Amino acid sequence: MGAGHAHRLYRHGHSPVHRLPAHTKLAAAFAFVVVVVSTPREAMWAFALYAVLLAAVAAAARVPAGFLLKRLLIEVPFVAFAVLMPFVAEGERVHVLGLSLSVNGLWGAWNVLAKGTLGVAASVLLAATTELRELLLGLQRLKLPPLLVQIASFMIRYGDVITDEMRRMRIARESRGFEARGVRHWGVLAKSAGALFIRSYERGERVHLAMVSRGYAGSMPVIDEVTASRAQWSYALALPCAALVVCLLGWTL
Amino acid sequence: MHVPDGFINAPTSAAAGVVAAGALAVSLRGARRELDERTAPLAGLVAAFIFAVQMLNFPVAAGTSGHLLGGALAAILVGPYTGVLCVSVVLLMQGILFADGGLTALGVNITDMAITTTVVAYAVFRGLVKVLPRRRRSVTVASFAAALLSVPAAAVVFTLIYAIGGTTDVSIGKVATAMIGVHVLIGIGEAAITALTVGAVIAVRPDLVYGARGLEQRLKLRVNGELVDAPAAEPAPAPVPAAARSSHRKLWITGLVASLILAGFVSFYASASPDGLEKVAHDQGIDQKEKPHANADSPLADYGVKDISDARLSGGLAGVIGVGVTVVVGSTVFWVVRRRRTDSDAPGSSVSQAA
Repeated sequence: MGAGHAHRLYRHGHSPVHRLPAHTKLAAAFAFVVVVVSTPREAMWAFALYAVLLAAVAAAARVPAGFLLKRLLIEVPFVAFAVLMPFVAEGERVHVLGLSLSVNGLWGAWNVLAKGTLGVAASVLLAATTELRELLLGLQRLKLPPLLVQIASFMIRYGDVITDEMRRMRIARESRGFEARGVRHWGVLAKSAGALFIRSYERGERVHLAMVSRGYAGSMPVIDEVTASRAQWSYALALPCAALVVCLLGWTL
Repeated sequence: MHVPDGFINAPTSAAAGVVAAGALAVSLRGARRELDERTAPLAGLVAAFIFAVQMLNFPVAAGTSGHLLGGALAAILVGPYTGVLCVSVVLLMQGILFADGGLTALGVNITDMAITTTVVAYAVFRGLVKVLPRRRRSVTVASFAAALLSVPAAAVVFTLIYAIGGTTDVSIGKVATAMIGVHVLIGIGEAAITALTVGAVIAVRPDLVYGARGLEQRLKLRVNGELVDAPAAEPAPAPVPAAARSSHRKLWITGLVASLILAGFVSFYASASPDGLEKVAHDQGIDQKEKPHANADSPLADYGVKDISDARLSGGLAGVIGVGVTVVVGSTVFWVVRRRRTDSDAPGSSVSQAA
């Protein structure tokens, strides 16, 4: 609990993007990704334009490029998958440097790489500029069921606590000379997982009782009702609208 | 296994999103039944648990390690509805906060990893617990089988989604073979971990395991070396043994139908992929230039589906693995059940001797 209550991807700041209401940003990011996904893959320049758009947002949010690029690393497993694709896909083949590659596979790899990277970059930007609580309230304002939002907020709030508990159990195991080396040690690890479940569940019961004793009756009070002005909406939706123009150009050209 | 943006095309993603939203609505309703008004904090904490336990590494061999996916575990520990909610919330937060899995692919991810695994796992688990004798051990066995099948089932669903809306033309056969092959292996690990974890929880707090409700043993006292029912618990002694002892035939029929459905489903899906043929044909040394149905007389032709259509001949590796796993699981379960049945029938009394 010592680590503050911001999540790992959040980057504190006071830029115009940080100040936008969370639900407008959520809607904008989602619309942007939808537009990107429905762009034809042959329009390579369109993806370059999308990247420029995202770079502009990053600049407006004063998120440094290094930060953004480092967070993109989460995508690496799919890069590996995309690299495999030209080798296994069907269709006509071209020879590059003595390797026989499928044309369709190359297009597919490009498609997944470009769209996936843009999608990840959009979510990273969203997460970097939006605080956790705002994000959850934003989801609620976007008409996600309140119960789901509550579950999500409990998960986020106690995620660190539970992870810490798991870390302490690991330290306890290791300080007793245990080192998991193979399948034979799964029993011990699974017992830890079981104990972790019991602790989480019991903590849930205690949290519930604590909340009830403070007047919880099924819904969390919203103290700061955030509303978005028309200007804020249009500011946030500038990104997907610009993307939509690019997308339409991509389809027609 | 998180699907990124752009992997599945937009219409299919939207359709999967609708499916996911519907399932979530049903689960929200069901979760209130499972956890009454404590839903939000408890489900939230269980979601946090799933999130944490996904980071617990289980070493396999030579530096590789795997981790739990958690769908089956959640379903067994807290019930299917809450399980779906917890895993979905984990996926949602991973998508939004950690950029793990695309935003537009959320529907696909939830349908695939939250709904399919949880529902399949719980169905298998419930079925097995009904059929097996009422012991703690059978809960462990049932969770093993449930987790074992839930992971390949997710792979099957992913392949189906891919077949409908995949953006690359890697042949369905190849995707299926790779996905199912890998996920059968992952499933074995998942099954072992899930069973061990459920066993660990049951040993300490059996009352917390949703799937083990109704398995409580009545309190017994040892008086002069003999086990006697504790006097307080008199009111309702009857239904438990009667329900537990369903006849052999019923057991066999249930099991057979279950394996048939599973085998049929898996091999239907595997054989619905005409391109799986190519690999088979190639392996069998048949000229690739020939039309696919040219290998109607290949060894695989007597796979038993000859009369349906050519495309369905391609049982392929995936189908074989799927059916094989089903058969192995099925026969193991039957073997265990039978042995236990004869064991517990032998003493002549229906009192189970837990000592």
